[in-house]
Amino acid sequence: MVEVHLWGALRPLAGGALSVNIEAKNIRELFKKLANEYPGTEPHIKRGVAVSINGKIYRDNWDTELPENAEIYLLPRIPGG
Amino acid sequence: MPLDTSYVQKTLKQVGTRPLRPDGLDKVTGRARFGADYNAPGQLIALVLRSPHPHARIRKIDTSKAEKLAGVKAIITSADLPDLTNGDRNMRDMLENCMARKKVLYDGHAVAAVAAIDVTTARKALKLIKVDYEILPHVTDVDEALKPSAPVIHDDVFTDGVEPKPTKPSNNNKRASFGHGDVAQGFREADVVVEHSFKTEQTHQGYIEPHSCVANVSPDGTGELWVCTQGHFVYRNQCAALLGMDISRLRVTASEIGGGFGGKTHIWTEPVALALSRKANRPVKLTMSREEVFRCSGPTSSTSIDMKIGAKKDGTITAAHGVLRYHGGAFPATWAEFGAMTAFACYDLKNVKSDSIEVIVNRPKTAAYRAPSAPMAAFAVESVMDELARKIGMDPVDFRIKNAAKEGTKSSYGPVYGPIGIGATLEAAKNHPHMKAPLGKNQGRGMACGFWFNFGGQTCTDINVTPDGTVTVAVGTIDVGGSRASIGLIVAEELGIPYDHVRVVIADTSTLGHNDMTDGSRGTFSTTMACVAASRNVVKELGKRAAKMWDIPEDAVVWEDGHAKPAGSNAGNFPPLSIREIAAGAGNTGGPIAGHNEMVADGAGVSFATHICDIEVDPETGRSSVKRYTVIQDAGKAVHPTYVEGQYQGGAVQGIGWALNEEYIYGKDGRLQNAGFLDYRIPVCSDLPFIDTMILEIPNPNHPYGVRGVGETSIVPPLATVANAMSNATGVRMTHIPMSPPRVLKAIDALKKH
Amino acid sequence: MSGVFVSTTINGDSVEFSCAADEPLLDVLRNRLGMTGSKEGCGTGDCGACSVTVNGRLVCSCLVLGAEVGGATIETIEGMADGDVLHPLQKNFISHAALQCGICTPGFLIAAKALLDKNPDPSEEEIRFGLAGNLCRCTGYDKIVRAVQATSKEMRGA
Repeated sequence: MVEVHLWGALRPLAGGALSVNIEAKNIRELFKKLANEYPGTEPHIKRGVAVSINGKIYRDNWDTELPENAEIYLLPRIPGG
Repeated sequence: MPLDTSYVQKTLKQVGTRPLRPDGLDKVTGRARFGADYNAPGQLIALVLRSPHPHARIRKIDTSKAEKLAGVKAIITSADLPDLTNGDRNMRDMLENCMARKKVLYDGHAVAAVAAIDVTTARKALKLIKVDYEILPHVTDVDEALKPSAPVIHDDVFTDGVEPKPTKPSNNNKRASFGHGDVAQGFREADVVVEHSFKTEQTHQGYIEPHSCVANVSPDGTGELWVCTQGHFVYRNQCAALLGMDISRLRVTASEIGGGFGGKTHIWTEPVALALSRKANRPVKLTMSREEVFRCSGPTSSTSIDMKIGAKKDGTITAAHGVLRYHGGAFPATWAEFGAMTAFACYDLKNVKSDSIEVIVNRPKTAAYRAPSAPMAAFAVESVMDELARKIGMDPVDFRIKNAAKEGTKSSYGPVYGPIGIGATLEAAKNHPHMKAPLGKNQGRGMACGFWFNFGGQTCTDINVTPDGTVTVAVGTIDVGGSRASIGLIVAEELGIPYDHVRVVIADTSTLGHNDMTDGSRGTFSTTMACVAASRNVVKELGKRAAKMWDIPEDAVVWEDGHAKPAGSNAGNFPPLSIREIAAGAGNTGGPIAGHNEMVADGAGVSFATHICDIEVDPETGRSSVKRYTVIQDAGKAVHPTYVEGQYQGGAVQGIGWALNEEYIYGKDGRLQNAGFLDYRIPVCSDLPFIDTMILEIPNPNHPYGVRGVGETSIVPPLATVANAMSNATGVRMTHIPMSPPRVLKAIDALKKH
Repeated sequence: MSGVFVSTTINGDSVEFSCAADEPLLDVLRNRLGMTGSKEGCGTGDCGACSVTVNGRLVCSCLVLGAEVGGATIETIEGMADGDVLHPLQKNFISHAALQCGICTPGFLIAAKALLDKNPDPSEEEIRFGLAGNLCRCTGYDKIVRAVQATSKEMRGA
């Protein structure tokens, strides 16, 4: 079980919640379950998000593991220059 | 087996040294081939017809006269670029930015393009194309565009992030907020509050090489593209999508790139060249002029920021609130959000809020510029921080140290930090000799901090051991500043062979799997990570071959100092086999020896920097000159320290130019007035002192060698560093970037009057 | 179709070409003679990436007409090395990492050589002002100046 914090744009799509609890072992499961429960988030996830796991920011590679009780933040996909 | 990317401390033989880069010789002799240095036999020259209006409806385009001109082989408009984007707004905007469809949205927006046998004919042809425009009112200022009186540029854009959902279209395409705590309460607890509004003008990445490409499309639907780009795979994918080609049918070869800094991460002229080539059935060369690059490629945002920070007398910040308005040019984009996320990232704040407001204006489509959106936000935050420190009577560095984020701090953008380097850079700054150097008349010193994310991404590499035992490494990450040398060092280190025996090349899109662009400071970070994995695969294979040659089990072989050795005396008494000897026998032992890796490199780690600047200001003219500048930044591990220094220095100088001189000047007519290097004044050699650098090495736990991204962060602090120095030199708080002589003089004179 | 016929010397070689009356030397070098070492960064004489010398004088080749160089002696980046022996400036630019992307490098080398030919022992300020006609966006000029300083020292045998 991980607590997934949503950034501003996602919150109204999750009924206004600042965070949701999801049972997921990796990013793939997280996305699947999030999209299932809150279908409005799916287009955002498809477009690409960044995932912060315990303070480290990752891309959206499905295999990336989510440690138990990790602090997860979904953030906008960050551009670079 | 996937690579264990955790950092392992070890004694390094090659990484950290400073060998010569492999492309150096070609670049000092003029042999290296950049975007415009390639010509295809039978090629046509293309030119683009661009809108002279910042906002207008296209009633009609008449190309008939131009088409009859001898030597003209193809003319295209948006009719030749049908919309295949299937509801993908991003791709559709990209397409529309390449060639205007119903409206022109900025001065310089492409309307048509011509391919002819030479440039003289192409120029004549452009003049013969008649466009009937219905001129519309325009708006180019980020704050003006938000007023109710402003013309709404897109009638199908509604503000995202507001409840209830608006029904009227708007130039404000998105709003968002970040932060935690209760800022209202926090401000009530403050003893001192400083509040200012800031403006930063639009700047361009300023790469010296204009965009250039040669496109060659065959009637069977295959195509080739030679182009200067920060990401040839991304260009391939996007061009193929827009032109309706299968991705595998478009082969993109990247030239050497003459600077990008984020400005060559987006397609813009390439689909036009491909469409012309497709229509003319001949290769087409399209090179932008400098004027076109400034006028209508992808500059960064201009911004308007409100910043308020409050603190107790003992220096503890109690609340911080920023409202950031950035524009994305003429298309809906997200840029202010990254300013909002990075603004307060250096600090440990109990109550913090940043609101981002994205705006659309009649200016070219904004592109990333080295740590996009962060420098402007840092300018606002660090200026207020400095003033707050002064009002409290605290040393500016100590004030920041007191409030610096550390491991366990909840960042202003959400997640809790792991181990981070802001504290280290501040301590280093505090103790740096620059801080103690005496200042002269009319001189002031300033410092500031900055933050950037850095990221990894899809990376693919191929290492091949050639028959003589030397090694070729094919990578797909564009080398913008010397990364081939760093990659060579890592492979040499892993294989235990001399650096000179490793040759790194940038492969084209047909010979390697997808690689993300060189942006996000990911070039060296991602590619070295993938090369470590690929190298270890090579080593495994070399071990297998040695085992075969010795007739012993595979697990009885170890790899040491570039040689295969029996694992112990039990395995056998064989003299070590060099990579050369194993390679010589490859034909017998199983064929060519290679190691390959595809991965999503990740965990690049955030980075922090602290800069110090001494500036001298002439009170009679407002002219300023930077006397001394120091960059302190954590690189994790400097694979090739000279190139890390180079990144620090280059980013700092871009920031200095941005702080003091560079700006886009739009007239009332909505047209860019200074589309050239004469009047868009970037720093020249005589403007600057040497740029001192201090590389801190706090290993990134997520990379086998501890490497962090380094390329972008050094552009984040300079706007504020220079502004703080300026403030200390003149006694005036500058709130408008750039702090050009007229602005400084005006501010100094206003102060004198009081 | 009218054109101008030009006979000139480039990097010690006799060269002949035809060009349009309004064609810049830079375009002649790059498009007619295949000498793409000189770069176009702006086409208006502001960036120095097209620097060459004409009769020993440092110029922006985008501001010189092909038609003007009949009988002149032109030196471009392609002629800077002596066979496979690099000029000390070229060698020091590599070893001092005075280039990142390298697009401005040919122009800087020509300008730096012109500077050292005239002033073999320039001060830091003289170097900076001597090179102020060449734009670099990658390096911040630091390592470029150091490379020129090192070269001047080396060439003087100091």
